[in-house]
Amino acid sequence: MQETAATNPALEAPPATDVIIRAEGIEKYYAQPSQNRIQVIAPTDLSIVPGEILALLGPSGSGKSTMLRMLTGLSTPSAGQVFWHGTPIHEAEINVSIVFQSFALFPWLTVLENVEAPLQARGVAPAERRERSMRMIDMVGLDGFEAAYPKELSGGMRQRVGFARALVVEPEVLFMDEPFSALDVLTADNLRSELLELWTKKTMPTKAVFLVTHNIEEAVLLADRIIVLGRNPGRIRTDFPVHLPHPRDRKAEAFTQLVDYIYKVLTRPDVAPAAAPGQPGAVRDQRQMGYQMLPHARPGGIAGLLELLLDRGGRDDMYRLADDLAFEIDDLLPIVDAAQLLGFLKVEEGDAVITPSGEEFANSEILRQKELFRNAALENVLLLRQIRRALDAKSDHTVREDFFLDLLDEQFSEEEGQRQMDTAVTWGRYGEIFDFDAARRRFVLPDALDEEIAAGEDAS
Amino acid sequence: MNLPHPLARSLVTVRKGPFFIDLGVAACALAAFFAVVSTGVYWFQKPMPVVPISSSVSVLPLYAFYSIVRMIIAYFLSLAFAVTYGYIAAYNARVEPWMIAVLDILQSIPVLSFLPPVVLAMVALVPGHQLGIEMAVIFLIFTGQSWNLAFSFYTSLKTIPREMLEASRIYRYSAWQRFWQLEMPFSAIGLVWNSIVSVAGGWFALIFCETFTMGARNFQLPGLGSYIQTATNGGDVHALLAGIGAVIVIVVATDQQVWRPLIAWSDKFKFEQVESADEVKSPILELIRHSKICQTLPGKIWSRIEEPLYERLAQTRECRVVKPLDAQAGKTSPVLYALAAAGALAVCWAAAQAILMLKSVTLADLRLLLEGAAATFLRVNAALLISAAWTIPVGVAIGLNLRLARVVQPVAQIMASVPATAFFPVLLIGLVKLGGGLGIGSIALMLLGTQWYVLFNVIAGAIAIPSDLREVASLYHFTRWQRWTKLILPGIFPYLITGMVTASGGAWNASVMAEYSHVQGATLQTIGLGAQIDAATDSGSFSMLLMATMMISLMVVTMNRLVWRRLYRLAETRFKLES
Repeated sequence: MQETAATNPALEAPPATDVIIRAEGIEKYYAQPSQNRIQVIAPTDLSIVPGEILALLGPSGSGKSTMLRMLTGLSTPSAGQVFWHGTPIHEAEINVSIVFQSFALFPWLTVLENVEAPLQARGVAPAERRERSMRMIDMVGLDGFEAAYPKELSGGMRQRVGFARALVVEPEVLFMDEPFSALDVLTADNLRSELLELWTKKTMPTKAVFLVTHNIEEAVLLADRIIVLGRNPGRIRTDFPVHLPHPRDRKAEAFTQLVDYIYKVLTRPDVAPAAAPGQPGAVRDQRQMGYQMLPHARPGGIAGLLELLLDRGGRDDMYRLADDLAFEIDDLLPIVDAAQLLGFLKVEEGDAVITPSGEEFANSEILRQKELFRNAALENVLLLRQIRRALDAKSDHTVREDFFLDLLDEQFSEEEGQRQMDTAVTWGRYGEIFDFDAARRRFVLPDALDEEIAAGEDAS
Repeated sequence: MNLPHPLARSLVTVRKGPFFIDLGVAACALAAFFAVVSTGVYWFQKPMPVVPISSSVSVLPLYAFYSIVRMIIAYFLSLAFAVTYGYIAAYNARVEPWMIAVLDILQSIPVLSFLPPVVLAMVALVPGHQLGIEMAVIFLIFTGQSWNLAFSFYTSLKTIPREMLEASRIYRYSAWQRFWQLEMPFSAIGLVWNSIVSVAGGWFALIFCETFTMGARNFQLPGLGSYIQTATNGGDVHALLAGIGAVIVIVVATDQQVWRPLIAWSDKFKFEQVESADEVKSPILELIRHSKICQTLPGKIWSRIEEPLYERLAQTRECRVVKPLDAQAGKTSPVLYALAAAGALAVCWAAAQAILMLKSVTLADLRLLLEGAAATFLRVNAALLISAAWTIPVGVAIGLNLRLARVVQPVAQIMASVPATAFFPVLLIGLVKLGGGLGIGSIALMLLGTQWYVLFNVIAGAIAIPSDLREVASLYHFTRWQRWTKLILPGIFPYLITGMVTASGGAWNASVMAEYSHVQGATLQTIGLGAQIDAATDSGSFSMLLMATMMISLMVVTMNRLVWRRLYRLAETRFKLES
């Protein structure tokens, strides 16, 4: 009953009456004590209209989950505003649901109780509650599992409960936050096609679907419109409709072309997309980036990729690489980025191309590989170079981790700063640039540590 | 949430907070002490009747009943307090650091040293002497029980996964629904385990409190503690054995009929998505589960209450609008600031008064206290060392033999919850007969209470050493020395520390009663801070009492900060066995 209150926006909004959710210049940043701020999401406009599945696609760190939370009112934008049928979202009685990556089911409630809970919150009488929930459980194919607890179910079945719970309130917009990424490939495929069937046959009581994903194929398979996000700060790189008819064929020429196109966009973050029109300028108050963002890849992964590439004649299509490795872009991109950063690899037109130094690296045995890695890392990565210099300069050859964390905090959020540091430690250890004493949280020169151990052995 | 050490008191909390918060909390404690004492002094002059305590076996059930009722009231008070306190602390960013600092300090202070002033204050405040003492005892058990419960609830609330919170927001739960469907279930396991620890501590304090005397005044209450005490003083061995037997029966019965069903039941609140293989089984729970009435009746009554409430709640703004999780706290009103300032002033004044009271402490007194502090410190650590020395080899031997462990571990767990205070009189008589002083005897008394925690935890640690690591050790023919230094000691380290932290708290608490005793008309005592507290109580010297209490609290807090917290962090990081 209360749902109908907000669904009559015809009176207030001008032409774009149909828009359910409209975001105007929403952005997210963290203020730093030292005046400058860390921009996580650049000012962004976005709207969700009835009748389409909108996919938000981006690598990790592009803020797509944050975007979803701002659009649902779970998170307040640092600037800008979100409107629900024309009213600011925190004054409106919105009717949306979220399907979570981790399912977020209550393990102490049965399947039925889990599905009933949102209706209970809306004050629906017990009899009607039960009836609507049972119908929804039937719809997602969980007939007979009403009395089971989530932990007794498989992952795919749990996510079906998640869908039933989301749909039982008949939301206008169904938000999905990487709903299939915790499932195995076959289960995910199955669930995707069932979802699509419910949507195309209009069995599903929703007007629009908003899907956040890092899986390119998933986006192309499901969406009517795709928005690709970029990183540092998160921003819209491109926004385009998909006109392929359902059901879509992964092998079809048009399909693969689209996937390839998205790959090209994602792997060339330096090529600026057309600037979003109507932006008030000079909002980004970000200090010039001192440290480059280290991709969170392991040296072993880089070596593996380069060897594979060499095996294929030094050049291969990114899309094919990911496909053959059964990697998603979140798995592959950091490795490619890292290899690129170290000068082992170049990306040309969606193809990964090995460089001469990369070739030498891939052909060497382990000790030589470490040496090459060390040289490349010291030459290309500012943070590693700084740590090494500090160690060389100090008489006791050790430096506290905090010292560099403080420097990183100027530029990254605290969490990302720590992740950057972790990656730097992995790289530094591999390349024997320094050693890290995890108990004391200190960097140590490799030789200094050896001496310490020797001293300790003498003493005992 | 993961609770690897069920019997852990969360003494060692990791928190960030500026130093002045600690100072503020200390000032509050001083102020509270002053308030309590000044009301107590007011009453101090009045005469009072003494309740005669019978030592006939036939009154034992009645006395046991009294004790149990006290326990139950105190427990539910603590639970209610803990939930309220934890909830407020978790959801009010502004007061959170203060409230957690208060918890942190309060849970490391030995409760028993507060007994005398609290008894006096309660008796003064409440008309009717008996009721006053009752309330004082209940209040003391309450203070012993509530901190770790509150802390457990608070940490549970703070560790609820983000997506669960988001789900509760996006589906527009009311605070009521969130409490019963998310927050309470999520905290249930932690609350159950901490209740077990709390109630064990409660028995320890209860039995001591019931036998409380102060100078010529006798504050005894009819109960198990006073029964045992009277039997000891009268030399009635039968009654004594019956009393101790009653205590053990109650503890074992609680374990079997309350805790085990509760643990088994709380299994459904486990926040893991896979079903675990080993479960605690409880026949009583099975019985309840199979009873039709127990199954349906509470649910029916509950929904009668709940349904109208939900209907009404759904109309409120809270249930119609999605609230952001990262909402900024609103501006505090000036009234609140004024109130806070007034409160701070009052606290400062009372703290100053309490410090002024210390004026009457002479230099000689101070020396006595310092000597006592040193002696008690050594004694507590000796007790810890001795318990570690015997429990590590024995516990490891038991833990590595799984069949034996399955038998011994529950026994050790029960032994840990039998209040050592019940055995004190027996031990004291033994000491008197042997002619030994309390100097060594008090160590034995401390051991009596503390060693079981260590043993229990060492066994748990030895069981938890992964079998593949043990296989590696035997495959490469580790020497005995290597086995212990490379495998066993690092493996049990986190558990050992947990046990020792709990034991250390218990030992400090025990020092108050172990160093000074009236037995069969004689007063046994040795040098020590606990003895000073008791002596000051007996002579009604509040300045000494305050000084001694401050010292003991300061020592415990310092020890926790300097030693235990560091060891704990080491256990959490370096010696953690990733599963």
